[in-house]
Amino acid sequence: MFLSIDRLSHTYFTKTTAVTALDDVSLSVEKGEFVSFLGPSGCGKTTLLSIIAGLIEPTEGSVRMEGRPLWPNGTDAPAARRAVGYMLQQDCLFPWKTIEENILLGLKMTRTLTAQTKERALALLAEIGLAGVESYYPSQLSGGMRQRAALVRTLATDPKLLLLDEPFSALDQQTKLKLEELVWKTLKQYEKTAVLVTHDIEEAIAMSDRIFLFSPRPGRLAKTFVIPDDLRGRPPLAARQHPAFSALFQSIWKEMEALESDPSTYPGAAQ
Amino acid sequence: MNPIHRRIQALHNEYLAALRKEQRVIRLWQAALLVAFFAVWEASSRFQWVDPLLFSSPSAIAKLFVEKMSDHSLLAHTWATLFETLLGFFIGTIGGALLGALLWWFPRLAKTLDPYLVVFNAMPKVALGPILIVALGPGFTSIIAMGVVISIIITTIVVYSAFQEVDPNYLKVLRTFGATRCQCFKEAVLPASFPTIISTLKVNVGLAWVGVITGEFLVSKQGLGYLIIYGFQVFNFTLVLMSLLIVALLSTVMYQLVALIEKKWGSRR
Repeated sequence: MFLSIDRLSHTYFTKTTAVTALDDVSLSVEKGEFVSFLGPSGCGKTTLLSIIAGLIEPTEGSVRMEGRPLWPNGTDAPAARRAVGYMLQQDCLFPWKTIEENILLGLKMTRTLTAQTKERALALLAEIGLAGVESYYPSQLSGGMRQRAALVRTLATDPKLLLLDEPFSALDQQTKLKLEELVWKTLKQYEKTAVLVTHDIEEAIAMSDRIFLFSPRPGRLAKTFVIPDDLRGRPPLAARQHPAFSALFQSIWKEMEALESDPSTYPGAAQ
Repeated sequence: MNPIHRRIQALHNEYLAALRKEQRVIRLWQAALLVAFFAVWEASSRFQWVDPLLFSSPSAIAKLFVEKMSDHSLLAHTWATLFETLLGFFIGTIGGALLGALLWWFPRLAKTLDPYLVVFNAMPKVALGPILIVALGPGFTSIIAMGVVISIIITTIVVYSAFQEVDPNYLKVLRTFGATRCQCFKEAVLPASFPTIISTLKVNVGLAWVGVITGEFLVSKQGLGYLIIYGFQVFNFTLVLMSLLIVALLSTVMYQLVALIEKKWGSRR
């Protein structure tokens, strides 16, 4: 098992409240698989992603990658976390750095910047269609180009697991569809395992091999959808055209509606 | 080139010419205002519309300036003041930025010191003058110290809050790469706050001059502040106004230099 999450819970504390964002979530992801965490806001999907990324310490439970624990914290946890790449909703390129300096940032932070890794990162930049912008500043690039540069920054450290935190949600529709296609192809080409957080059902179906549907307040794993073979082998744009696409959309949509209208039908809801 | 392009080119040239003309008109008015000010001043003094003893006149000031320049005393005073101001400015700004960094580095220290910073910031620092003179001696050290205390606290507060307001997403990006706190500071916090730090420089130019001139009032030994207070005591307002004009000129030059730095460094975002 590549990534396994076992009985994970997380509660946020404030002065006045204790909010449980994740409640007893267990799931696992195979190597090379593309999975999505789908759900409305407040279902804890971003919290779960932050825990996997090592940004938040869970209140309870464990996360393991290739058998090595990411949580609970241990001596080899930092090393294991280094194999996880994280891509944010905003591109978050540093405006005072050139594109080249931006994409080499991860290598610099992990002290793995060599002539070889640098060359690889620049090659990746060219491959993703951004050749020749190395000396530009992020403000000189369009939103789609910036998000592509952010993808290169994430991939430059050669992470085994890629976490995508709604990276397409701030883009216009056309850019978004193109970028989905590009990310999907790039990840398949490099055989990366990826977890996508999204609230967009179509995006989840188009890109994933499996979809984990979460229910809100507290965040629980409500249902798992396995994408049929016809769809999962196709790139996102082609998958969207496939007849099986809308049928799957309907069944996920119904499931989400049910979650929303009647909280007592949450699987495993506390009575 | 086809006609539409030529037409656009012509319109653009017209637009640029209009901009240049507007700029020239403004400059002309500014110069006219300056000339008029000195002319009216000279005339009012000469025709006794105002008391020449109190308000002097540009010609008297010019005469005194030449006189003081030829016996080298004015240069020594000006240099003393400029030296103190520059030193006060740099120590205040750099010290304030370092203190701001220290507070960012140790959040508990920042929370502990918060009320004291508020008190120090609210207090009129000029009131510390007599104590500084007693502690550091009636010389340039206490004058520089005045320049420093007046600017350091506000710099600390402004820089610290700029550090805190850095977009947390930048830090998130760095932390996903396992960056240390030191790396976070160097890669994100400091460069992101750079525009704020530069803009405090502008404020500090003014504050350093306030501190140094006040310090020279109190120490009364040397410098343009000393000349002002001395001229006041012996009722030589030509001396007072001349010193004032030099202070105005120097502080403007310093401010423009900082503005130049700001333009050069702040252009990327």
